[in-house]
Amino acid sequence: MTSATTTTRRPSATSPTRGGRGRRKDDTALALLFIAPASIGLLVFLIWPLLTGIYYSFTEYTTLTPPSWVGLANYREMLTDPIFWNSLKVTIWYVVLNIGIQTVVALVIAVLMQRLTQSTVMRSLVLAPYLVSNVVAAITFLWLLDTQLGIVNRLIAGIGLDPVQFWTSETWVIPTIALVNVWRHMGYTALLLFAGLQAIPQGLYEAARTDGAGEVAMFRRITLPLLRPILALVLIMSIIGSFQVFDTVSVTTQGGPADSSRVLQMYIYQNAFAEYEFGYASALSVALLIILMVITFAQYRFSRAGQSDLN
Amino acid sequence: MTTTTAPTAPAPGAAAPVPTRRPRRPFSWGRLIAWIAMIAILIITLFPFYWILRTALSSNTALGTDPGSLLPVGWNLGGFERVFGLQDVETAISQGGSGASINFWRYLLNSVIVATTITVVQTFSCALAAYAFSRLHWRGRDTVFLVFLGSLMIPQIFTLLPNFILIKNLGLVDTLAGIMLPTLFISSFGIFFLRQFFNNVPQEVEEAALLDGAGKIRVFFTLILPMASAALTTLALLTYMGAWNEYFWSLMVSYTDSSRVLTVALGVFRAQAPGTGPDWSGLMAATLVAAAPMLIIFALFAKRIVNSIGFSGIK
Repeated sequence: MTSATTTTRRPSATSPTRGGRGRRKDDTALALLFIAPASIGLLVFLIWPLLTGIYYSFTEYTTLTPPSWVGLANYREMLTDPIFWNSLKVTIWYVVLNIGIQTVVALVIAVLMQRLTQSTVMRSLVLAPYLVSNVVAAITFLWLLDTQLGIVNRLIAGIGLDPVQFWTSETWVIPTIALVNVWRHMGYTALLLFAGLQAIPQGLYEAARTDGAGEVAMFRRITLPLLRPILALVLIMSIIGSFQVFDTVSVTTQGGPADSSRVLQMYIYQNAFAEYEFGYASALSVALLIILMVITFAQYRFSRAGQSDLN
Repeated sequence: MTTTTAPTAPAPGAAAPVPTRRPRRPFSWGRLIAWIAMIAILIITLFPFYWILRTALSSNTALGTDPGSLLPVGWNLGGFERVFGLQDVETAISQGGSGASINFWRYLLNSVIVATTITVVQTFSCALAAYAFSRLHWRGRDTVFLVFLGSLMIPQIFTLLPNFILIKNLGLVDTLAGIMLPTLFISSFGIFFLRQFFNNVPQEVEEAALLDGAGKIRVFFTLILPMASAALTTLALLTYMGAWNEYFWSLMVSYTDSSRVLTVALGVFRAQAPGTGPDWSGLMAATLVAAAPMLIIFALFAKRIVNSIGFSGIK
């Protein structure tokens, strides 16, 4: 039945659909009905909190009393708060390690998969860690990297080295947390990059090979430049995600030892839910928001993420 | 504005050289090294999963004396028994558990309720909105869509604190409703994802049904939704996994068993370490139980999930 109608109406497919038949009526009422649930979600739970969050940052607000306006007091406090600056330092160190290692490993996996196999099974296996929660990943590595009983330290002892205090030494705790999250996200990132690699025409590689180019040269001259726009997008997304690290820290160290893993998000949470300083916590959140906006903007500008060399 | 064309029709000339199966290559050292690297990566990726299982099937005393064995040591199911509350307090403590009661079935049920409700309502709400943005004609459509798209830029983490205050003022702290509400109706990504798909449904199909006298609402339910079932399933799977694994927001909102979901319960379980050291066997059993539903879903839908990852949906 549908095939009959489509064949008779064939000509209209070529003409622009907009208004051509005078039949197009205004759907405003229906559209409002259709977007109503999503709009409620957007206004009440995204835009309203964005506005109130900024407002709370200018107030003194403990849970017992209503917010009272204090102007820039919270921000002034923040600038002289050593724990804030420390948490910022810790967070940035985490992001550098996490993103640095994750991007390199993911790129290696993506290129290996492109070269070796397109199999869905392989891609699924690589993605597996991404399916468990941050909490599961954190607890699992708490056990794997336990100083006395963890298997990793048994292996380290096996080659005659001293056990590494992954979770309890101030130097190791941030690299450890960064690596746990590399483990969980590297497969996902690799699949994003792999999708980008698939868009590079195979002919380019074959042409380069006939010209006698080696794998390294092809990677530097073809893969990297053509993958750049995707790589930039992946970087922006993963850096934004990385700055918001909380789950792993919350489950494993709670910010310790001392303040060595007290990332910004952990400090915000503790200000809000241990100190009941919602105003100050909101100011810290605004700081994080500004940092993320600046990073997104700067990266987008410098990496020319919107453009591709493929065209 | 643009007429949608199906991208499936291959250009006649391009059909031949597409290599579905490459000819067998001669042996090369480079390939061998590449395979070794790939296998090493797979071992790093998968070993923790094996270790969860191995530990969950071991007893805590044996784990203490023989931590390096690759097979389960002191084989028993005590860890699982503690997780599901099948052990009395004395046995639990003697086996290295904390003896504190953990209401695992309750958390499992809470997680199922939260993830299922969010998935069903959010996917439907996104489908409605995506249809309005893709197929209905109304003033301001593109502007409103831009606002929705722009909300993708708001880091979720920023809205948590103000949302908590909102939920608290609504008197919904420590309820499942409080956990679900903020993400119940909207995922900007979901709207964007489905709109992209709806845009690719040929106009003619819809117009034919409209000419037959069907209303737009009927077209949406009887034609568009079934045609989009693949995209809807993929989105629903991604939403379910996201909701199941979510931790931070639930941690803020839930305080007692009545609203505690699995992720938060795992964190509590981990914090209740008895004086003798953590109950690793029980913890790994709990971890396995918490992760199992996702791994089962993944085993069933791996291809769909794997193929959904890419930039086709993000411009």
